[in-house]
Amino acid sequence: MIEIRGLTKRYGPTVAVDGLTFDVVPGRVTGFLGPNGAGKSTTMRVILGLDAPTAGTVTVAGRRYRALRRPSPVVGAMLEAAAIHPGRSTRSHLRALAAANAISRRRVDEVLGLTGLDGVAGKRAGGFSLGMTQRLGIAAALLGDPQVLLLDEPVNGLDPDGVAWIRTLLRSLAGEGRTVFVSSHLMSEMALTADHLIVIGRGRLIADTTVEQFVRQSSGSWVQVRSPEPGRLARLLRGHGAVVEAGHDGALAVRGTDATAVGDLAARHGIAVHELVARRASLEEAFMERTRDAVDYQPHPAGPATATWA
Amino acid sequence: MTTTTPPAEPARTARPSPARPGRSRPLAWDLARSEWIKLCTVRSTYWTLLAAATGMIAFGALLTAAYVRHYTSAGPAAQPAFDPAAYSLSGFFLAQLAIAVLGVVVMTSEYATGSIRSTLAAAPQRITVLAAKAAVFGAVAAATGIASAFAAFFTGQAILAHKGIEAHIGGPGALRSVAGAGLYLAVLGLLALGLGTLLRRTAGAVAAVVGLVLVLPVLVQGLPPAWQAAITRYLPSAAGQAIIGRTKFTPPGHLLSPWTGFALFCAYAAAALAAAAVVLSRRDA
Repeated sequence: MIEIRGLTKRYGPTVAVDGLTFDVVPGRVTGFLGPNGAGKSTTMRVILGLDAPTAGTVTVAGRRYRALRRPSPVVGAMLEAAAIHPGRSTRSHLRALAAANAISRRRVDEVLGLTGLDGVAGKRAGGFSLGMTQRLGIAAALLGDPQVLLLDEPVNGLDPDGVAWIRTLLRSLAGEGRTVFVSSHLMSEMALTADHLIVIGRGRLIADTTVEQFVRQSSGSWVQVRSPEPGRLARLLRGHGAVVEAGHDGALAVRGTDATAVGDLAARHGIAVHELVARRASLEEAFMERTRDAVDYQPHPAGPATATWA
Repeated sequence: MTTTTPPAEPARTARPSPARPGRSRPLAWDLARSEWIKLCTVRSTYWTLLAAATGMIAFGALLTAAYVRHYTSAGPAAQPAFDPAAYSLSGFFLAQLAIAVLGVVVMTSEYATGSIRSTLAAAPQRITVLAAKAAVFGAVAAATGIASAFAAFFTGQAILAHKGIEAHIGGPGALRSVAGAGLYLAVLGLLALGLGTLLRRTAGAVAAVVGLVLVLPVLVQGLPPAWQAAITRYLPSAAGQAIIGRTKFTPPGHLLSPWTGFALFCAYAAAALAAAAVVLSRRDA
């Protein structure tokens, strides 16, 4: 369990995180999404006690991170940048971290096996590919067999095999009742891995919801319905709070309701329906829509999309 | 290089907790072990320590041999204050550069590589981490310094014996000189560790240590003579080196007594480490 309350972090005049409040609960994979510069890494660093919050509190398993004496069995973390001395071998790096937390050498060999690094354990980390470095980061996070896992962009640089492996790993760790908190900017990957989403933009909370709900709430999700009585159906739907637009070739595009409701309504009023299709936005579309205003680095100085409809 | 993909059912925990049974051990001990592993598992440590030992022994022997040659021509009257034990330890001058660099790098390499974040995430007790680093590095520097000082002493005395002006290890102050040379190096290394922690950058911190022990005494030479004499002995370099005795590089004039000087030098290092501890515990990693 990670509890974040009113977290604000300023670096000089820059506000990296602005009043974040959310919980990361055990037993599911929580995806942490946001555009570049949204404050994901900053939040992770504050959770790990590396950076001190300007305001607000963060607790892991009920305690401030810096109050944990040997954190590895409680929290395991993998940070975005390779936090490894390039001259040191994989095994030595892990042994040093293990020693600090009174973890045995046997466990070091175990996590080397778990992450598929046993063959290169004696090699210096400086020569590793990004994918290997990621595996080493994950090995370090797993060292203490922790209850809470924090992974910053774990699939960066992994090949498809590795990505599938991470997905399985994270799901099985969450299945064991652990808290798994994973940041990513790869929506498609999060759609497959995460159960729950925390979405932030410009340091503020945009959504704290299930993947399912996040996508459904997106205006990219709509129902396409075709009927011989489009005008009557549209009036009825509007009367039930839906937003209806005339789609191309006579179909109606209905937002704010779902296909079941549209079908039932039509049946109750004896309106024939020739086609009824639920169009789902992808998580990626939903994400783009919800974070559009919060993207720091836009290619065009475009205002909010609503402005163009006026 | 291909990586084998490990089995898909990875972390099922049908095994005991990975923590070892002796977990009631003090945290400082575990952190010291961690720092020991870190120090031993990068090559630069060995090269730097080798450089320090070589500087101490070879440079010391070279200077002593040069002295012996000079001695023949000038005669004994020219060197009234000759201290054969201390003179054979003049190689400390080179050795101190290597030890200072190692002391700096022990901390700055963590910042340069980003491994400081791994270190502090694994051990959020930052002051204990710094103390463990200082204890482990200080012990390694002292052991290397004292061992190479003994080697330099015996090499130097063998050279001086050709003229019959050698010292004996049992002679007055000889053992203090030899052990003192090693201790000077260790404490200088700790001062460097403190500056490395404060500055975080290798280049800046090395420049700061070199400035403190090599450049500052030269600058003081530019002051009026009365000021020079008053200030020089309190500088970290002259104060710390007082425990060795009169080496090739000892500034002229009155020095502090060996242990007073060394105590002052330790105070400088302690001040640097204390400032480092305060800054490290408050700063974002």
